[in-house]
Amino acid sequence: MINRETGTFKRTYAEDMALYRLPLARWAVAAIAVIAYVIFPAFATPYMLNLANLIAIACLGAIGLNILVGMSGQISVGHAGFMSVGAYTSAALSVKFGVPWWLAMPAGGAMAAAFGVVIGTPSLRIKGLYLAIATLAAQLIIEWGINHWTWLSGGASASIYVQKPSLFGYELKSNRDMYWFILVTLTIGIVYALNLTRTHLGRAFIAVRDRDIAAEIIGVNIFRTRLTAFAVSSFYAGITGVIYTYYYGIANYEAFTLTISIQFLAMIIIGGLGSVLGSILGAIFISLVPTLIDLGLVHIGMGWFGLEGGQIASVTSSLQFFLVVEPDGLNKLWNNIKDYFRVWPFPYM
Amino acid sequence: MWYYVELLMNGLLIGTLYSLIALGFVMIYKASDVINFAQGEFVMFAGYVVAACVQLYGVPLLPAIAVGVIAMIALGFAIEQAVLKHLVGRPVVAVIMATIGLAAFLRGIAPLLWGSGTKNLSFGLPQDPYFLGEVMFSPAQLFAAFVSLVCIAAIGWFFAKSRTGVALRAIADDQQAAMAMGIDVKRYFAISWAISGIVALVGGVIWGNLLGVDIQLALVGLKVFPVVILGGLDSILGAILGGLIIGAMESLAAGFLDPLVGGGTKDFTPYLLMIAVLMIRPYGLFGKATIERV
Repeated sequence: MINRETGTFKRTYAEDMALYRLPLARWAVAAIAVIAYVIFPAFATPYMLNLANLIAIACLGAIGLNILVGMSGQISVGHAGFMSVGAYTSAALSVKFGVPWWLAMPAGGAMAAAFGVVIGTPSLRIKGLYLAIATLAAQLIIEWGINHWTWLSGGASASIYVQKPSLFGYELKSNRDMYWFILVTLTIGIVYALNLTRTHLGRAFIAVRDRDIAAEIIGVNIFRTRLTAFAVSSFYAGITGVIYTYYYGIANYEAFTLTISIQFLAMIIIGGLGSVLGSILGAIFISLVPTLIDLGLVHIGMGWFGLEGGQIASVTSSLQFFLVVEPDGLNKLWNNIKDYFRVWPFPYM
Repeated sequence: MWYYVELLMNGLLIGTLYSLIALGFVMIYKASDVINFAQGEFVMFAGYVVAACVQLYGVPLLPAIAVGVIAMIALGFAIEQAVLKHLVGRPVVAVIMATIGLAAFLRGIAPLLWGSGTKNLSFGLPQDPYFLGEVMFSPAQLFAAFVSLVCIAAIGWFFAKSRTGVALRAIADDQQAAMAMGIDVKRYFAISWAISGIVALVGGVIWGNLLGVDIQLALVGLKVFPVVILGGLDSILGAILGGLIIGAMESLAAGFLDPLVGGGTKDFTPYLLMIAVLMIRPYGLFGKATIERV
């Protein structure tokens, strides 16, 4: 039961489609779920819960971006723009029209997905770096729109206050309540993303990424696949934005600037492109950098690193480091560890 | 009537500066096919170095500019050696991320080193505007346009006539053939980064003279993309014309549209034009029409 396989041997289709290849994986996932849902919130301090919430939100956004960049191979520098579309849509719906949160949340995601499709349209003609520049334009235009369309975004500072979501009359006020709320959403996001790689759509994404002309020849509609990738990814982004708004109780454009887009890109590069586990690891890494600086470097007399510039500099230098040294990211490192123990203690076999 | 002429003229004057900064961008793309998302941050960083020398360390302006030149050359070589050298042949997302990360890095490190307050970088030019008919020109803007034009001409000459320029053109034309003819391609990649750094320095000093040096100076980099997409990523002539067009366009947009929609059109009308260009003619006005169609 605790053994690892010695290689990837699949003899039946059922084995090929299996979610868990080994009993060990099933137990590991169950253990992680128990720790995340029960043990951690029972013992965590509010500070730790706050950190965990921010990490979970970042995970959701990073998984969404990784579907677009890692799986379908289209670079987007406008992820935070889509997040703000979702955030403002749901905030405006719930404040101006009194729509309940369980309706406003998917509405925010859907609106972001619609924006994603519109902004992904240039992928009909362009790809690679040209598409990256087009999404950069989208990010700037969305930011401008939110700042200037005051009817939607509520006044000069472009912020809307929203209520926390409530469940059967119980308002999710504390960090702990919100932790479960965010965690459930994240779990759905993770399960969907993991299963996406096993469906027709996910395989079409990967085919288009790896060789678009070959994909077209075997009958994948490239344009539709690319737009679907934009839609799925922006839906994730929209939901991320909505949760972020609920968590802080305010929708504000400053939480969704170009810098945030770049941070999400850094997460998936550091974590590993095209992998759900990688997105999660990358999100944890980037979210913990400021905390690590606070806890560690300050005490050895490098407190100046804790300034905002120092944080950005350390995040980006770790990004450069991973780009040069380990392009497949933390996910690859994890796989290396697994590979090592797969044949341990007989590495020559 | 004069109002519109003035808008147009001011736009063109600013446009020369955009052309100059876009030239630095084109230089790198032409030689090594790298999109430099950090061009605006180069401008900011160069401005910071010079302004810090002048203000914090009390160096006179001209030696400070010399220090800036050395710093930018060193930065160009360091980037090429430390990061980009290792990314040859890797997917395009890796190179893009490297320069985006570089941009954020420079934006983080500059205020950390020299403080985030706005630094004054003034040449002591006269403040009184000149008048031509009813059109008003500020001396600082005229000076900026003049220096930009001189630099553009110098770069044009450099590319057309000098030995290094010929080598760079050869690499842009056919990298393998250039290698076969004994051109050290890696060295010239680094040289193109260094030249781009110097161009950014000129831009940073002039632009810093107009606006003051702080982190906002990097925003000029966002103007570069519309310019180079419009002109064609690998075309020097395109960068020059594109800069003038974008400069004039945003000035006119600010004059006509700002009263209607409440400001800020300057920042996004170039991008609307850019998206249109991307859809219709992705390789721009003068770019090589070899981009891969989807």
